[in-house]
Amino acid sequence: MSLQNEQKNNRIIIGLGSCGIAAGAKSVHQRFSKLLKEKGLDQKYKIDITSCVGMCFAEPLVEVHADNKRTLYGKVDEKIVDRIINEHLLDGKIVLERIIDSSNPGTDSHSFLSRQKKIVLRNCGVINPESIDDYISVGGYKAVEKAFALGPSALIEFIKSSGLRGRGGAGFTTGQKWELTAKALGNEKYVICNADEGDPGAFMDRSTLEGDPHSVIEGMLVAAYAIGANKGYIYCRAEYPLALNRLRIAIKQALGKGFLGKNIKKSGFDFEIKIKEGAGAFVCGEETALIASIEGRRGMPKKRPPYPSENGLFGSPTNINNVETYANVPWILLNGSEAFASVGTEKSKGTKVFALAGKVKRGGLVEVPMGLTIREVVEEIGGGSNTGRPLKAVQMGGPSGGCIPASLFSTRIDYDEVTRTGAIMGSGGLLVMDETTCMVDVAKFFLKFTQLESCGKCTFCRVGTKRMLETIEKITDGRGELSDLTKLEDLAKYIIKGSLCGLGQTAPNPVLTTLKYFREEWVEHIEQKKCRAGVCKPLIKYIIKDNCNGCGACVRVCPSNAITGAKKTIHIINQAACTKCSRCYLKCNFDSIVIE
Amino acid sequence: MADIDLENEAKEIVACSGSGREYAIPVLQEIQRRHGYLPSDLMVEVCKHGEFTEGQLFGVATFYSQFKFKPQGRKAIKICVGTACHVAGAPAVVDALCDELKIKVGETTSDREYSVETVACIGCCSLAPVLMVNQDTVGQLDPLQIKKALKKVSESSQ
Repeated sequence: MSLQNEQKNNRIIIGLGSCGIAAGAKSVHQRFSKLLKEKGLDQKYKIDITSCVGMCFAEPLVEVHADNKRTLYGKVDEKIVDRIINEHLLDGKIVLERIIDSSNPGTDSHSFLSRQKKIVLRNCGVINPESIDDYISVGGYKAVEKAFALGPSALIEFIKSSGLRGRGGAGFTTGQKWELTAKALGNEKYVICNADEGDPGAFMDRSTLEGDPHSVIEGMLVAAYAIGANKGYIYCRAEYPLALNRLRIAIKQALGKGFLGKNIKKSGFDFEIKIKEGAGAFVCGEETALIASIEGRRGMPKKRPPYPSENGLFGSPTNINNVETYANVPWILLNGSEAFASVGTEKSKGTKVFALAGKVKRGGLVEVPMGLTIREVVEEIGGGSNTGRPLKAVQMGGPSGGCIPASLFSTRIDYDEVTRTGAIMGSGGLLVMDETTCMVDVAKFFLKFTQLESCGKCTFCRVGTKRMLETIEKITDGRGELSDLTKLEDLAKYIIKGSLCGLGQTAPNPVLTTLKYFREEWVEHIEQKKCRAGVCKPLIKYIIKDNCNGCGACVRVCPSNAITGAKKTIHIINQAACTKCSRCYLKCNFDSIVIE
Repeated sequence: MADIDLENEAKEIVACSGSGREYAIPVLQEIQRRHGYLPSDLMVEVCKHGEFTEGQLFGVATFYSQFKFKPQGRKAIKICVGTACHVAGAPAVVDALCDELKIKVGETTSDREYSVETVACIGCCSLAPVLMVNQDTVGQLDPLQIKKALKKVSESSQ
């Protein structure tokens, strides 16, 4: 949030990304409008908006530009709005408690930002995403001019030499993909932007689209020019209403300024973009399923080859990249392929955006240079455990990925290094877990998801994941046998071999990685019928200790009347009636209820 | 709905969403936008005015989780059970919510006020566990505060 130019003075900029709105930014916005008017300040101070700067832990964020000084406030609520207006704007005194000072080492926001490198998110939280002029003022649409000057084949070489690899998960070299599509024969060609971010714990693409939609459009335009496509589609989840809305605005503005449409900037090149709203199917993140969905069919993958670069949408050569990949492209053109290649590791260039969540102090959207270790991301940027308990693992790559134990936190963020652990880089979900997370439960969670989302085309994926899930449920119910673990490993092998697409081929990963690194927890569930994290309901008991003072708070929240006891005497939980809903445990103020 | 209204509405939907086979999903989305679910008589009628067959339209509708075949509540609650919410205790919150409304996931209350469905990731992981009602998000839920969350929801959607 630091667009330093004249027009930004005397402005209040409010972060209106999805997470900001969820944290209450809309009421902050309304309160500012109302109070500025009431105090007669609405002529002097203009309200502007921006999107997510990544500091989800400090939302809602408000940036105040007054008297040629910029002040960033975090965790702003309506009361703080009143104080900002009365103390800061009227009296010139900054409201110190809520200030976010990212230039001061030792503060949360400084630690959060200093190890990051913003390429994809360069404009997120900086510009107003609903203004094409803002985008142009930070060098927007200049990359297109450079692309037109280079010509298609030099352009493809340029992107190839940057070393950019697809950010959707698999990591295929982007320039090579463009080259294949450019060389393929066909009168009509297409470019598609995959914005069907289905990983249940990832929101990088959503934030990019909400914060800087033009960079994605510009990246698509460059790709289209390189391969000779005149039509583009953005396939975006319908669950992202704000991203969709901002994309629609951006496309309209780009048309108005002549960056989309016929004869773009007198180059003779035509390009149009249509938005297709996804309808809720995880498998549609797979490219051939996505194409089927755009064509109006059930989103089922098909055999490759032929790859979409030869035979894609409506049978024509099609280039598919994901949001983050496209957002990298304008930066690479403007800053040079060497500048991009100088960031990262030998085989993984540039940066990667992660949605950092779970048991960390500072969760949010982070963009780090490739090559940083997991420990640096979790501890330096994320601030380490937010519970005080030691961290146990991170989950990377969502349902296709795996759990990396704390002992391997020195693993570097790099496609090949992460793959070696059994997880995958994936699209960027990075979930931090401590000892209150049960690894068997995590494996069950992801398998439940993939089992539900399997499209049903391949038998091994459809039936195999179901059988695996039943086996895990047997274990978490306390009926497991040691031979079940071998059964799981065998089934996993067949599912990987017998599935057409990435969904099935990677579905067993969460089970396999937890079996590899946390086997003792699985064995404990089976042999001792014990869940050390206290998560698997059939294996745990809630017990009231002797220090119960009989206040009766637990009795009132119990939905199954399982707790009895006279006032001021130690209460008892009837284990047969207890549903293990955890409400008494959460309610007790005296730590008298424990999980056994 | 009278036949003539049904026909007119089907024509309108096809006119604004497209009549070719590739527009099956936008057509279904438009029907659901208007009604909150997919009334099957309207789906059948739409096929008469576009290039889709009933087989294709119903096949597509049953494939994607967005499409509902039963009316939803005025306050359609989507409770997140994505990864971050799951480890932050979403399952207990889902149970508490269902207990409070006396319905199961996927059902609608008899007064059609509330319906509950689970979704995977709304993208507010740092506020986990979260739920979304229509366009509003409520975060940092806990099973004991579910009544309060519902109250907040009722106020904000008025």
